[in-house]
Amino acid sequence: MSAPLIQARALTRTYHPGGGDVHALDGVDAVINTGEYVAVMGPSGSGKSTFMNMVGALDRPSAGELVIAGEALSAKSPDQLADFRNRQIGFVFQQFNLLPRTTALDNVALPLLYRGLSLNRRREKAAECLRMVGLDERMNHHPSQLSGGQQQRVAIARALAGEPAILLADEPTGALDSQTTIEVLDILDQLTARGITIVLVTHEKEVGARAERRILFRDGRIVEENP
Amino acid sequence: MNTLAAIAVALTALRVNALRSFLAILGVIFGVMAVIITVSLAQGASRAVQEQIASLGSNTLNIQSGSNDRGGRRGGAGSAIPFSSDDVDAIRENLDVIVAASGTIQSSVTAVADGVNWPSTILGIHPDYIEVRDWSVAEGRVFSVAEVSRSSRVAILGRTVVDELFPSDGVLGALVRLNGQPFEVIGILTERGQSSFGQDQDDIIIAPISTVRTRVAGYSRAGVRDPVQRIWVEIAPGEDMNYATEELEQFLRVRRGIDPGEQDDFQVRNFAEFITAFRATETVMGLLLAVAGLITLMVGGIGIMNVMLVSVTERTREIGLRLAVGARRRDIRNQFLVESVALCSVGGLIGLALGVSMALLLENLAPTLGVTRLTVSVDPSIALVAIGASTMVGVLFGFYPAHRASRLDPIIALRYE
Repeated sequence: MSAPLIQARALTRTYHPGGGDVHALDGVDAVINTGEYVAVMGPSGSGKSTFMNMVGALDRPSAGELVIAGEALSAKSPDQLADFRNRQIGFVFQQFNLLPRTTALDNVALPLLYRGLSLNRRREKAAECLRMVGLDERMNHHPSQLSGGQQQRVAIARALAGEPAILLADEPTGALDSQTTIEVLDILDQLTARGITIVLVTHEKEVGARAERRILFRDGRIVEENP
Repeated sequence: MNTLAAIAVALTALRVNALRSFLAILGVIFGVMAVIITVSLAQGASRAVQEQIASLGSNTLNIQSGSNDRGGRRGGAGSAIPFSSDDVDAIRENLDVIVAASGTIQSSVTAVADGVNWPSTILGIHPDYIEVRDWSVAEGRVFSVAEVSRSSRVAILGRTVVDELFPSDGVLGALVRLNGQPFEVIGILTERGQSSFGQDQDDIIIAPISTVRTRVAGYSRAGVRDPVQRIWVEIAPGEDMNYATEELEQFLRVRRGIDPGEQDDFQVRNFAEFITAFRATETVMGLLLAVAGLITLMVGGIGIMNVMLVSVTERTREIGLRLAVGARRRDIRNQFLVESVALCSVGGLIGLALGVSMALLLENLAPTLGVTRLTVSVDPSIALVAIGASTMVGVLFGFYPAHRASRLDPIIALRYE
């Protein structure tokens, strides 16, 4: 369980708003091993979200290298990156990003649509994931009929549907009250016990404290490990 | 993502926004409806023209003596020596390419029966004329060749004349005075309705040409025995019209003593040019209507594009999410393209139903609106036109919004409020 799953070497992302250079990431070196539960922390603008987008293959580095599960992302075409996201990454967002007027079951099944599975197989797998987050009673509810905590659990189930290597959670509790925050964090604990690698982006100390390891970003660099 | 899944996703999205989907396709509905109505009208008009051409006789020639330009002063059409009944008989007997021939003399006439009068047109003919023009009698009989020889006073009336002179029954065998001369009514012509120029083709009386020449029209020309105004001939089936025309011209040149190199003093006409002109008019009209329909359809397409752009903007986060969970750009593009095509196809089907209903309704309403010659032809292939056209609009106007959706940056799209 200690093989490196995510390896970042001199990872740099530069934006050029209005001519000047802004280094969102400025030479980041990091290794995250399989099965680790890592909290990526830092104030807004520190580069933690950019780092997460890189790991999630939503953004490409300006310089440096990122190897995930033995695959160099820079060598991949856009379609290969889409496939990589589909198979290796499960996203959980602050705003849940569930499709409205769509049942919890079909929301969870969405990633499998792009894997070409039949509707029955997709729903079977989705139901299994909803059971994992304790929402098997609410499969046919629409997001608007669910509480915030329940919606985020649906989103977690969706992230798990594709059996990804990495669960990327970007401020997953940012839109939740303290009670439901605990619910969601408990589920993440259960998942890490099952061996899923979790990268949790947060600026809340209490949330970050639940992870095994913390990485603190500031001004596009890692400034501290396990603060 | 396979095609079926894409269609399922698209239909779900459309159902979720049912009202907006319906409003979006209104333009396409009206566009397809307009195309169908115009195509049906154009096809109806085309069919009417075909019938008109058939009624003129596509294997018919008519001959008129032309201008007399001998002696310097040109006399205009008909000033040359007219043809005679002998010429007609000679044509009928000597030319293999001709199966029927008739001279005609036309004159205005006042018909009187039971003290009621009706001004009409009388046409003196040989019985062959009925065959040449493909006419027929609805009741009674056509006079015989013998009756022509005897200058019998028998007449066949058109329906309009019958209606004007004999409001009640008992037409056959009745007496009618034509320019004062008593004629026995022996037949009624089959109704032919209005010509394409709006002329009533049933306001006519026909009688033996010999009788009309001497008793009604008083048509004579010095030096010509039994003159006729025109000659109508029917070409044998399968004979080439141009060949027949040349044969006829050559025959008449010899008969009239026109030397090679000298100009003809007669004209042989067929309806080929007339038909060409007719068809050209028809083509232009069809094009105009098609363009009008297409413009309507294009306007409908712009409506679709507008709604699709709104839909893409509204669902920016959804697109971001789909990209994040593994949709490729072309999956997104296809999703919106399928949506647009599905919208348009549904619009096309509704437009098809409305268009066909409207076309049939128009045909039924036309007489009450005073339009008597409106024919509508609803061809089954119109369904293919409707579906094809609406699908094309869907692809054409759905492509840009779909392309835009597929080019969204997932990071920005996911945060879009």
